[in-house]
Amino acid sequence: MNDFFRLESLVMQFGGLTAVNDFSISIEPGELVGLIGPNGAGKTTVFNMITGFLTPTSGRVLWQGEDITGLPVHQITARGIARTFQNIRLFTDMTVLENVMVSFHHKIRSRFWKAMLGMPSHGREEQRIREEAYGFLQELNLAHLADEKAGSLAYGQQRRLEIARALATYPKLLLLDEPAAGMNPQETMELAGLVREIRKRHGLTIFLIEHDMKFVMGLCERIKVLDYGISIAEGTPEEIQTNPDVIKAYLGEPKHA
Amino acid sequence: MTWKGKDMDTSKRNLYCNLAALCLLALVLYLFDRHGTEYQIRILNNMAVFITLAVSYNLVNGMCGLLHLGPNAFITIGAYTSALLTMSPMEKQMSFIIEPLIWPFSVLQAPFFVSLIAGGVMATIFAFLISFPVFRVRGDYLAIVTLGFGEVIRVLCNALQGVTNGPLGLKGLQPYTNLWWSWGVAVFTVLVITKLVNSSFGRAMKAIREDEIAAKAMGVDPFRHLLLAFLVSAFFSGVAGGLMAHLITTISPTLFTFFLTFNLLIIIVVGGLGSTTGAVIGAALFAWGGEALRVVESPMDLGVFTIPGIPGMRMVLFSVILMVVILFARRGIMGRNEFSWDWLFSKLGLNAK
Repeated sequence: MNDFFRLESLVMQFGGLTAVNDFSISIEPGELVGLIGPNGAGKTTVFNMITGFLTPTSGRVLWQGEDITGLPVHQITARGIARTFQNIRLFTDMTVLENVMVSFHHKIRSRFWKAMLGMPSHGREEQRIREEAYGFLQELNLAHLADEKAGSLAYGQQRRLEIARALATYPKLLLLDEPAAGMNPQETMELAGLVREIRKRHGLTIFLIEHDMKFVMGLCERIKVLDYGISIAEGTPEEIQTNPDVIKAYLGEPKHA
Repeated sequence: MTWKGKDMDTSKRNLYCNLAALCLLALVLYLFDRHGTEYQIRILNNMAVFITLAVSYNLVNGMCGLLHLGPNAFITIGAYTSALLTMSPMEKQMSFIIEPLIWPFSVLQAPFFVSLIAGGVMATIFAFLISFPVFRVRGDYLAIVTLGFGEVIRVLCNALQGVTNGPLGLKGLQPYTNLWWSWGVAVFTVLVITKLVNSSFGRAMKAIREDEIAAKAMGVDPFRHLLLAFLVSAFFSGVAGGLMAHLITTISPTLFTFFLTFNLLIIIVVGGLGSTTGAVIGAALFAWGGEALRVVESPMDLGVFTIPGIPGMRMVLFSVILMVVILFARRGIMGRNEFSWDWLFSKLGLNAK
């Protein structure tokens, strides 16, 4: 058992429906773990419980030795867990650079009245944020679009901006919710390279949900499979590919002649 | 390469332009103050008060994207607080004939400036008290809660004889509000709110407007930032209320109905929700246009036939203009754009290198 990140028997019930039942996982620092499962298996619900959007019916989320279950979302982000969204959620009417700059706000030291009175100390902090945010755009190849409205970007660029924005909160654990959704094979391949790169450069631990099997199998070191809210398998990509329970969950029961 | 920040020359040029614009405004105000008619001065004062109100209202509605319908409550609170402080104990004793004014208001008296600040602070305190129920809800529900608060304050003004003198109102206030006071406050409000909007805090507010869920996931605490916008807005509304009281010199609950909120809403929608420049333009047009259109209410002789003066005709025309603006500029005159010197100079072709 490690102290880095652990989910202990998480349960999420919506009325009579149990979306996630008894989900546990422990992730080591630096690991790249995948969470797969058929549609409606409860994968995003797990992410929502980790990031505080949902408070689990029972169970605990442990992060660096602290119980963070049910904390407000922004406090969990401030503790170093960032996420992207399955359906892109950018600040569409703000520029690309501003989108990334928002992520720096939780660490701002100036008080609001310093901003209102235009104090030089706030100006310097603002300038620093601007430069650092620009750095993240360069890293994700979006620097030439810095002054464009985020809503005007192409789909693949929007996906990259989501990652840039999450990285700018300086997380230790990054949760990617279907980062390759809607991408063509070429883009998906580039994304896999990008994920590897940012993980190495920022020393990240990554936990991701994905439907694209090629992407998951090629990228993740360990995979967890959910079906109807229940964890049915866990192991290396090779183990998962040959696991009869997983094949059954995805393809259904073979007909007995 | 790092961020291609604005070079020093540009920011210096902008600073000089700002100073020049302020001097020009001061000169215009001086000329009107010396040579303008009372009527012109009155319109200019109104304009400044409405600019203050619209810009602070826009901070909540435009920048944070909340449909807040209760600014009239904060204007009322500011107006009454400020008025009660500038009236002398003697005047107050004479005004409150049905029920005497309660202590400590009955003995307190303060200079105009202090009374304005006190009006703003009182409005902020009330805003803080209602913020907890208000920010539990969003959208239409928030609109209803704030609308209700506005009505509650108006009803309380009618009912609390011992504080507000009820429907009789407060009369004979000193006309302290002159061009310098009203425009001084307006310029200060615009500067401070522009600084706030362009800071990290303003970005957080806009992020909440764009997508509250994503904003939370990026570490922005919605409650704190909406509260900040709400309180700042309430403060300036309260100060503007104080200015209004000492401009009209007579206040009563009928002055601060929902109609006032409605006018402010029109101003910021026509100007462009989420644009401070738009709020200023909208307020200026409203204050000036409302008077300029009085022409259409006077009898007109067109040669062939004569149109008798129709009272209320200007409101009809006003509505038509409103509809035309919304038809042709669906997001208001400015949209979400702001005026900047950079924009002006590039339009004039002076930025060519």
